[in-house]
Amino acid sequence: MATHDHAHESEREAEVLDNIERMRRRRPRLKEDTITLAHGAGGKASAALTDAVFLEAFRNEALEPLGDAAEVVLPSGERLAMSTDSFVVNPWRFPGGSIGSLAVHGTVNDLAVAGARPRWLTAGFVLEEGLAVDELRWITEDMARAAERAGVTIVSGDTKVVGTGAADGLYINTTGVGVIPAGRRLGAEQVRPGDKVLVSGSLGDHGMAVMLARGDLALDADIVSDSAPLDGLVEALLAAAPDTRWLRDATRGGVGTVCNELAKATERGVVLSERALPIHAPVAGACDILGIDPLYVANEGKLIAVVPVEQARAGLEAMQTHEHGHEAAVIGEIREEPPGMVVMATAFGGSRIVDMLVGDPLPRIC
Amino acid sequence: MRFVDEFRDPAAARRLVRTIDSLVDEDRRYQFMEVCGGHTHTIYRHGIEQLLPDQIELVHGPGCPVCVIPMGRVDDAIHVAEHEGLIFTSFGDMMRVPGSEGDNLLAAKARGADVRMVYSPLDALQVALDEPDREVVFFAVGFETTAPSTAVTLLKAQALGVRNFSVFCNHVTIVPPLRAILESPDLRLDGFIGPGHVSTVIGNRPYRFVPRDYGKPLVTAGFEPLDVLQSIEMLLRQLREGRCEVENQYTRIVRDEGNPQALAILARVFSLRPHFEWRGMGFISQSALQIGEDFATFDAERRYEVPGVRVADPKSCQCGEVLKGVIKPWECKVFGTACTPETPIGTCMVSSEGACAAYYNFGRLRHAAVPDDVTALPVA
Repeated sequence: MATHDHAHESEREAEVLDNIERMRRRRPRLKEDTITLAHGAGGKASAALTDAVFLEAFRNEALEPLGDAAEVVLPSGERLAMSTDSFVVNPWRFPGGSIGSLAVHGTVNDLAVAGARPRWLTAGFVLEEGLAVDELRWITEDMARAAERAGVTIVSGDTKVVGTGAADGLYINTTGVGVIPAGRRLGAEQVRPGDKVLVSGSLGDHGMAVMLARGDLALDADIVSDSAPLDGLVEALLAAAPDTRWLRDATRGGVGTVCNELAKATERGVVLSERALPIHAPVAGACDILGIDPLYVANEGKLIAVVPVEQARAGLEAMQTHEHGHEAAVIGEIREEPPGMVVMATAFGGSRIVDMLVGDPLPRIC
Repeated sequence: MRFVDEFRDPAAARRLVRTIDSLVDEDRRYQFMEVCGGHTHTIYRHGIEQLLPDQIELVHGPGCPVCVIPMGRVDDAIHVAEHEGLIFTSFGDMMRVPGSEGDNLLAAKARGADVRMVYSPLDALQVALDEPDREVVFFAVGFETTAPSTAVTLLKAQALGVRNFSVFCNHVTIVPPLRAILESPDLRLDGFIGPGHVSTVIGNRPYRFVPRDYGKPLVTAGFEPLDVLQSIEMLLRQLREGRCEVENQYTRIVRDEGNPQALAILARVFSLRPHFEWRGMGFISQSALQIGEDFATFDAERRYEVPGVRVADPKSCQCGEVLKGVIKPWECKVFGTACTPETPIGTCMVSSEGACAAYYNFGRLRHAAVPDDVTALPVA
């Protein structure tokens, strides 16, 4: 009898877990009537908003994959990648970069991880009445330098000025176009079990640098943003590992969010090793103090690559010899199980699930 | 990281797990409650449950200070926060805790309230000093761990003669809910992993009633993964040797007598509330602190009209039983349907480390080991 009860109980438990799994796989639904900061944090709330409002209104083939950049095909057969991004970071200057360099790198990187060679950018500025022209000048100079280094040309622009209080000093939008070389195929459908997951360097530097630069944490640490253009690194990686399956830059939401997107898009398991994650000691320390997981902290010069196992070593070495990939590492593997989930072997010897964040990472009190 | 990695050493963990294996009686089950949310965090962050033998089950206790705040108090906080011109300051993780109808401080902020995240009550006081023309309220939550910092802040505010600062006090104490859990007739727990940082303030003596009156061992534990494993080992050793006592694993910080200075300022600034409501556990007498008469001008509850309406926990919510280890999360009627991490009802789902949220997110992985050879590359 006892055995029977036990069997019945585990059956019921399995049923409940299956239900949760079904719910979890459903794209999150928009429940709020008002926009909150969580809708901009890149987690479940952002996904719900995109589905319910933007995709609903704009739905088309190029948009639907919701990649970092859209692929459009010219009548000639040539393929272009297009991407747009807005930049509202405050403070404008932080160790390792500024809102200007970020505005260039952000869009360049979205194009690069789509397999494109970034070529042209546009720049739109929303300026708040009262902004000092000198501020605008150094920010645009930073943009120009970053564009030159990334090999892109800023070919068009727009300026709008809004009244005091209607914007936080300035916002920048950049839109970019790049050319995808013939024969390049990147995408979740290419990913196979056994493929290796690579990261191009240390986690969380940008997010922590900005958080500390805001100055309200009363923490002082030697943390520099990793803001950098990734187009050269992508070219080096693809030359060494031409069958690379999938690329994504790990910006907002960090490596944890990107790996979840990978797991969901491929319907496969992403298995990470915590020991292998490159994290600088000051970042790890600051995250520990704040109770924030570095897996979810933003990067601005890091990509995740899925590379077939036989090319993984060559790809890794190509990244490590590139100026923006010295600390590249193999951090995990694609497995059949558990489908659609990210799990991690912890450095301590246990294991855990790495889930999507619900909203912004909030510091914990205990 | 120095002084951190030493407490996360996998080789030491393997040794401890071997000892734990040897102490477990194959034919019995062990349910240990870790009282603190901080311990739950460590357990999940480092995947400790997967290291333990199947006979050991960890039950996540009520010690997450943000998730025990009942809906009515969150509603009161939102009500205060929405006063015209007022600046409402709060710890980050309190901002997502739902009041009635799922409202929370983040939503109030989105509606236009000036809600700001702070990292310490002293930061909130600084906001008041920086903005002397505006009223600033601090949403004080937490056990005896954080209460002294609120007390220090009030002493400083009084010394400085600050007039535009007040505290919405929701500090709670650890012993009464522990006793409430132990009083439960259907209690199944075999021992407690005792609070670490609370005990730096109150010491180990207040827990003596646990073994004496209820016959359960308690080990005060630190928050690094080796601390948690060692405290489990100490609990098992007590059970195996037939001992039942309060032991201290966190000797590098916790003293038997606690921190007399902190206790003294707590006594000076606060008094005990006759009773306080806990989300999922109902009213518990003398389980919370209120601001004492000498500091009444800094008491937001006296300065502002708060609705003070009690919002009953939904009947279908069985957090109380989950907290006592009587039922498993998945056995609750609303688990995974009406109550999910996005739309939490009870305390166990509110915090990502509550028993139910943890089970929701990690249940499938409970005993599945994840291989650590995933980064190996074939030799070129």
